[in-house]
Parts: sequence; C-alpha cells; structure tokens
Amino acid sequence: MEKIFGSFKALYDVSTHYCPGCGHGIAHRLIAEVVDELGIREKTIGVAPVGCAVVAYDYWNFDCSEAAHGRALAVATAIKRVRPQNIVFTYQGDGDLAAIGTNETIHAANRGENLTVIFINNAVYGMTGGQMAPTTLLGQKTSTSLDGRQREKHGYPLKISEMLSILPGVHYIERVSLESPQEVLKAKRAVKQAFENQINNLGFSLVEILSPCPTYWELSPKESLDWIRDCMQKEFPLGRIK
Amino acid sequence: MPKKKILISGNEAIAEGAIQAGCSFYAGYPITPQNELIAYMAKYMPKTGGVFIQAESELAAINMVYGASAAGARAMTSSSSPGVSLKQEGISYIAGAQLPAVIVNIMRGGPGLGNIAPAQSDYFQATRGGGHGDYHCIVLAPGSVQEAYDLTQLSFDLADKYRIPVMILGDGILGQMMEPVQLSIKKIGAGNPKPWELSGCKGRKPNIIKSFFLREGALEEFNLKLQKKYEIIRTKEPLYESLFLNDAKVILVAYGTMARIAKSAISQLRLAGKKVGWIRPISLWPFPQEPFCVKNKKVKYLVVEMSYGQMLEDVKLTVNGRQQVEFLGRSGGGVPGEEEIIKKIRKML
Repeated sequence: MEKIFGSFKALYDVSTHYCPGCGHGIAHRLIAEVVDELGIREKTIGVAPVGCAVVAYDYWNFDCSEAAHGRALAVATAIKRVRPQNIVFTYQGDGDLAAIGTNETIHAANRGENLTVIFINNAVYGMTGGQMAPTTLLGQKTSTSLDGRQREKHGYPLKISEMLSILPGVHYIERVSLESPQEVLKAKRAVKQAFENQINNLGFSLVEILSPCPTYWELSPKESLDWIRDCMQKEFPLGRIK
Repeated sequence: MPKKKILISGNEAIAEGAIQAGCSFYAGYPITPQNELIAYMAKYMPKTGGVFIQAESELAAINMVYGASAAGARAMTSSSSPGVSLKQEGISYIAGAQLPAVIVNIMRGGPGLGNIAPAQSDYFQATRGGGHGDYHCIVLAPGSVQEAYDLTQLSFDLADKYRIPVMILGDGILGQMMEPVQLSIKKIGAGNPKPWELSGCKGRKPNIIKSFFLREGALEEFNLKLQKKYEIIRTKEPLYESLFLNDAKVILVAYGTMARIAKSAISQLRLAGKKVGWIRPISLWPFPQEPFCVKNKKVKYLVVEMSYGQMLEDVKLTVNGRQQVEFLGRSGGGVPGEEEIIKKIRKML
C-alpha cells in the first residue's frame, strides 16, 4: 500500500502548550513539512521569538536560538552572515516584528538579508494576556483598548508587510491565512516559496500568516476562523504583496 | 611573526587585538569617542574574511553579536557610555544564554547624553552586571595602548573559556591616545570546538541557545550554576599591578588612565622619601582582593577616579572597615591631576 501521510522529522511527536484553536500549531507544522520536503532539517537554524511561540524549539527538531523581544532579525542576520550555508529563519508575532522590533525588521529587510521570516499576525499580544497589538483592528476590544481600538487614540492597524514591500532589498512578501483548509494549503506554498528563495540566494522573504487567537478574541475556534475571513482579511488582504 | 612595533590609538589597538585573537564578527554603531574602532573594523575585518556590520542601533549590534556567537564566531561590539546603556538588554541575554562575547566601552561623561570627555563613571554598570538578572561580565580595564591590545586578546579567551560576556572598560583618553604597540599574535583558544554552537543538527541532536527557564525551580537551578562559574572566576582570574606595598603608609588605588596619573604622583612622592604605594586593579570584576592584604594594619587607602566614587565601594567592601579609605574624584570632563593627588596624600601621611 502506498504511504501518503506520516509524521514529520522536523517536528517532535509531542503535545504543544497552545490553547485550543490557536494557529501556532498549524504554522509550526507547515514549517516542519516544508523543512522536511526540502531536505534541509540538518542545516536549518530557527530563531524563536518572545511571545507565545518562545518555546517553539520544544516542537521543532532542528537547531534553534531564542532572541530577545523584537531582536530576532538582528540575531538571524548574524547567524546567516556567519553561516551562509545554513538555512536561517525567524518566527515572530505582530508585537515582536511590528512594534518592539520594527527597527530590526526594517533594516534587515533593507539590507536584503537572505533570510526567511514567518510573521504570525493574530492582531493581539497573546502571551501577556491579550493586549492591543500594532495589528489590532479598529474597533477590536483588547485588555488595553477596552472600548475597541480607536484611530484617534491608537492609530491604525499597521500594515508592515506593505511597508516592507517598497524596500528594494526585499525579494518576496505574501500574506496568507489559516481560516480554512484551502487557505492553509496556500499558506504552505508561500512558506515553501520563502524557504526556496533563501536556498536560491534570492534575499529577504517574508510570509505574513493571519492566525487565530480564540482565547484573546473571546471567540470559539470556529468563530475565530470566521472572524479572520470576515474581518481580518478585509483589513489585511491576502495574496502576493511583492 | 617579526617583533613589529606600530604606533596606534587605543581604539585601533583594541580592534587589531581582536582581529589577531581570531574575532570574525563585529557589529557596531557610531559614537564618540570610539569611532576609530568601528572604522578600523570596517577596513580590516573583511580583509581577514570576517563579517563587519554597521548596525541600525546599539540594540541591533549587541543582538547581532548574540547571534554570531550562537553560530560559533568570536564576536565583538564596541560603543561608548550612552550606547552601552542601550546594549544592556543584549548583554543580559548573552549572560543568560552563556554565550561568549566581547563588549568594549570607551567611557565618556554622563548621565544622559553627558559629553564626549573621558570619564570612568560606568564602573557600577560594568561591574554589577548592568542589565536585569543575577549575572556578571568579566571586566578588564587596560592602562595603556599596549595593554588594550593584549587584554583584548585575553578577553576572547576568557569569554570562550567561561562562556561569558567580557567587557573592556576604557576611557576616552585611552581610546584616543596613540602609543607604540608591540604586536604579538596569540589567538589563544581560537578554533577550539564549541559543541553547543548552532551549525545545523547534522549527526547530532539539535542545539538550543536560550535563557528562558519556565519550569518551576529550573531558573534557580540555572542561576546557581552561573554563581558557581562566577566563584571560579573570582578565584582564578583577578588581575592587578602594584608598587611599594610593603612599607606604604598610604596606598593609592586607581585603574585605567587614572592609574597612570596616580603612578606619576607616587613616583614623585617616593623621590621625596614618602612611603606611598600603588594598586592598579586590571580586572574590575572579579575585583582583586589579594593586594589589599597588607602587613601594615594602619595603612590608609586613597581611591582616585574619574567619577564621584564608584570603585571606591569595591575598595571599601574589600578592606571591610579595617582601614581608612579616602576618595578623590572628578567627573563630567574633569580629571584629577598629579598635583591634586600629591596634595591629598601629603594630608593623609
């Protein structure tokens, strides 16, 4: 009988600590699948963020480094420069990549570092208890925007992917979503593209993944997926940005 | 290698010492008075096959050093006081992840933006850890351009040996001053295997570089391990220089550039027949205890600094109330002069 599905070498066979309905587990698996398919597990170095995914290295079966909050792309820049033959990627949330680490993000992109960035946008700070993120939607209630995000007080959801796309050093940016199995498959294709770009020395590649956080959206897992489709994707349209 | 002498500044001597020690990664951000160092690295690092990056900030630079070190490179960054304040986050993570790294602080006046005049007012920050958490950097304070070169080479060895951040603490005078330097290529410990480095997990289990210990009791366990390491360093690595301790009635204690001015004051007083001695701590952490164990129990100490009394506290902790400790210091651009020191010592004798 032909074997059409199995476990992944790049992912340990363990339970994750993520909440029910969280998107991190799916995103971790997409990366693991791609790493296996490209046969790069033994030369991959991941940089884990500060945020819910800080212990991603407990799930991935390859070399990893933590980075201080927001500094993943500075850390990854150096790892890749020291070891250009390795495949180096960062895995960062919206607070990490688009608030505290905006400077590191913009300059790594502008230098055209040959890196892969997996950017998890769930419009909220998860690990610290659901505070407003740079990507929180207008009107979205969080523990630090109690009446919903208001443009007068809080500014607008930050479209960092579009901002980065104007930089000549950036090779590839795509926004994908985990709201349905079809979209997950597209997300995997984008993740694979971003890793292949690095293998082919094409430069800075970023995949923004719209990902559910049922706990701090105060929605059920199913409602969370609907909210991505009906609300988030209107603010953050899917597709190839660059 | 021929015994070659060259005339260079302290900043350049540190850069050259680093390159000769096998430093293959440098990231920095411009700030006065250490700009000769970053410029030297920009010019010579690529020539030796190393990586030079002008970072977007001090934060990025120190985190690049973290990444480069995690990947196994001998890595260094340099800055001056306000920039080193910014680096403290990264230094804490480097200490927590037990990564070797060399950080240079060519001190200028503070607090805040201060000025660009030489100072020694970052002693507390350097010797007490500086960032959050229970940790230390080894701190070395060169007193000459030659020593800046030599101690930089030693720094890389100590950093690797103990997997610890090492700080070279100089001041603006040392950074800018030019002196002849005898080149000697040591590369102590360069190329030693680093089984913990990130290089891809081919043929082994994945390596993880981290400073996060969430499980109950795990961080305490780790911190105790750090403390054990610090205890070994306290025993094995103190460095100092001293003169005339045997018969001294007053002992002058100073480090770095200040120690040179203090030394010429001591020479003058000795010529006049005065019983004065001199201690120059070279390692500021671990702070050398040994030279303070003098026979004369009535000895007095005079601590002289380009600050308002920071190393003074370590001297007081060391003598622990057994002897009198006095202080002379200026900061914010002022440097205690030879005459001032002599006048103060004459009063104490």
